[in-house]
Amino acid sequence: MASIDLKGVRKVYQGNVTAIHALDLSIADGELVVLVGPSGCGKSTLLRMIAGLETITDGTISIGDDVVNKKEPAERDIAMVFQNYALYPHMSVRQNLEYGLKNRGTPRDEIDRRVNEAARILEITPFLDRKPRQLSGGQRQRVAMGRAIVRQPKAFLFDEPLSNLDAKLRGQMRIEIRRLQRSLKTTSVYVTHDQLEAMTLADRLVVMNGGRIEQVGKPIELYDKPASLFVAGFIGSPPMNLLPIAALQAIAGGTMPSLPAGTDIVGIRPDQVVVGSGEGIALSGTVELIEPVGGESHLYVRVEGLDQTLILVQQGRASVGEADKVDFVLPLAALHGFNKESGLRVD
Amino acid sequence: MDTKRTIFPSQGLPYLLVAPQLIITIIFFIWPAGQAVKSSFEREDPFGLSTSFVGLLHYLRLFQEPDYLASVGRTALFALAVTIISMGLALVLAVAVNRLIRAGTAYSTMLLWPYAVSPVVAGILWWFIFNSSTGILPYMLEFFGLDWNHQLNGTHAMILIIVAASWKQISYNFLFFLAGLQSVPQSLNEAAAIDGAGPFKRFWTIVFPLLSPTTFFLMIVNLNYTMFDTFGVIDATTAGGPNQATNTLVYKVYTDGYLGLNLGSSSAQSVILMLFVIVLTVIQFRYVERRVQY
Repeated sequence: MASIDLKGVRKVYQGNVTAIHALDLSIADGELVVLVGPSGCGKSTLLRMIAGLETITDGTISIGDDVVNKKEPAERDIAMVFQNYALYPHMSVRQNLEYGLKNRGTPRDEIDRRVNEAARILEITPFLDRKPRQLSGGQRQRVAMGRAIVRQPKAFLFDEPLSNLDAKLRGQMRIEIRRLQRSLKTTSVYVTHDQLEAMTLADRLVVMNGGRIEQVGKPIELYDKPASLFVAGFIGSPPMNLLPIAALQAIAGGTMPSLPAGTDIVGIRPDQVVVGSGEGIALSGTVELIEPVGGESHLYVRVEGLDQTLILVQQGRASVGEADKVDFVLPLAALHGFNKESGLRVD
Repeated sequence: MDTKRTIFPSQGLPYLLVAPQLIITIIFFIWPAGQAVKSSFEREDPFGLSTSFVGLLHYLRLFQEPDYLASVGRTALFALAVTIISMGLALVLAVAVNRLIRAGTAYSTMLLWPYAVSPVVAGILWWFIFNSSTGILPYMLEFFGLDWNHQLNGTHAMILIIVAASWKQISYNFLFFLAGLQSVPQSLNEAAAIDGAGPFKRFWTIVFPLLSPTTFFLMIVNLNYTMFDTFGVIDATTAGGPNQATNTLVYKVYTDGYLGLNLGSSSAQSVILMLFVIVLTVIQFRYVERRVQY
């Protein structure tokens, strides 16, 4: 167990393509940090740099007290769970779990003890003598996890481990990973592009975009107080409505409040828009489409004078029908102000 | 495997389309093979004027003939040596090229050239290199006190044909090994690296076992190659000599039949060779393809 420290870490590929811009991040001992961002934001590259599978152009990465920049992956004492699991197809599940321990010269009885323990925790004992191809996706995922935990490494690195599973299994495994990580208390870095997975798993969330960190914090902090337009749009589903002030002013008239200087975009979470009347910016529009999700309904509303469609979330069933007129209010307390130029939050 | 079904407008068209291949196969492969089987049971005079049925006489005689039995051993040695050398070197080259990121294609192209050289030319090429009076290799070997002469020394002659035949086959093996290596997912190598296996260990415990389907396939193909396709190489370099030292089974078919005009015995030998290929092919399709599953 150990903390992971990244100081001024950069990655420049041949041909001067910068994948990671000087980046600082400290991950505390036992913490589960999720790196989240769209494809190509550098989150996987960063994880692979921590693992030692990619070289580091600049800066230092330390695991525990050691600077590991020049160390081979094997010497960093980390374990990684790959997106495609990377199970050795010609070895049985047991051999897959043993491989890393054997390579490190662990005594036979210790290997057996750890493998059996890991198999028990992950409930894969019945499959120990099968080959990976005889297992289902979820079982393979467990074996991949098992291969990580038998090693008892300083840190776990997860590279989108759930993205090959179906939605239901993904939900189950998400909970299991969380539970496992809490009980083992092993420092973990988890990469995903799924913001729901990120929100639910993370002790701390790192939102990345274009090789830079946009914001770091507890998931709920990021949800409540996104530091930039990017985070505002990325965290939360359905995404935050981001509306230009200029257009709002023209249609909201007298209900438009005075906002801090430099604010030219306001954002509001779809579930905080109030249908009907009340205090705040009063708007009205036509319902284009209703998505009944079950517990709640998503209303896509077209407002005269605004370029984009607004998304409203109503608890339970929608109170209006498609093509109906709807009046709604954006409460002032729920508004997030952003500056378009800098892309940053204005308070 | 899913195959796409094509519906032809008329029933005759598909037969018409496969007819050229069928005709070529029948005229140049099936019919001569049938002739060989037929004449292996017959005795014919050199001028083809009289033919009589002799049953298994040629086969029985073959297995009592020391020359033939010696040739079987020689062929086994030759086939094993060529298979091991050409597959071994091809694997080394493929691993080396697979590590390259940009120059890989250029090297692959160059390594493929020997395959385009005809067997006779390849043979002559090595014959020049090994030529005892003008060749560069004997000149260099002389510094080590070795008097190279494949025209007099049977062992030297065998080494010459092994080298020439291997050299030509490396390209083919290389290509298959390279394709095999490229189909091993990179993440397996990375997982093994994190699991604490060094490059050498990763190769032998992860990559090589995953290459086994390719390796088995190539082994069968190479054995077939050395048994049959090496006639040109041998004919151009040693012509079976000296003193039968490089007279392999396929070359003996030629010398006994065309030079010795013993058509019956020659046919019997080619039928035995044919049976051998059939056995190898059956092994490949039935046994190997099933066993190599992982």
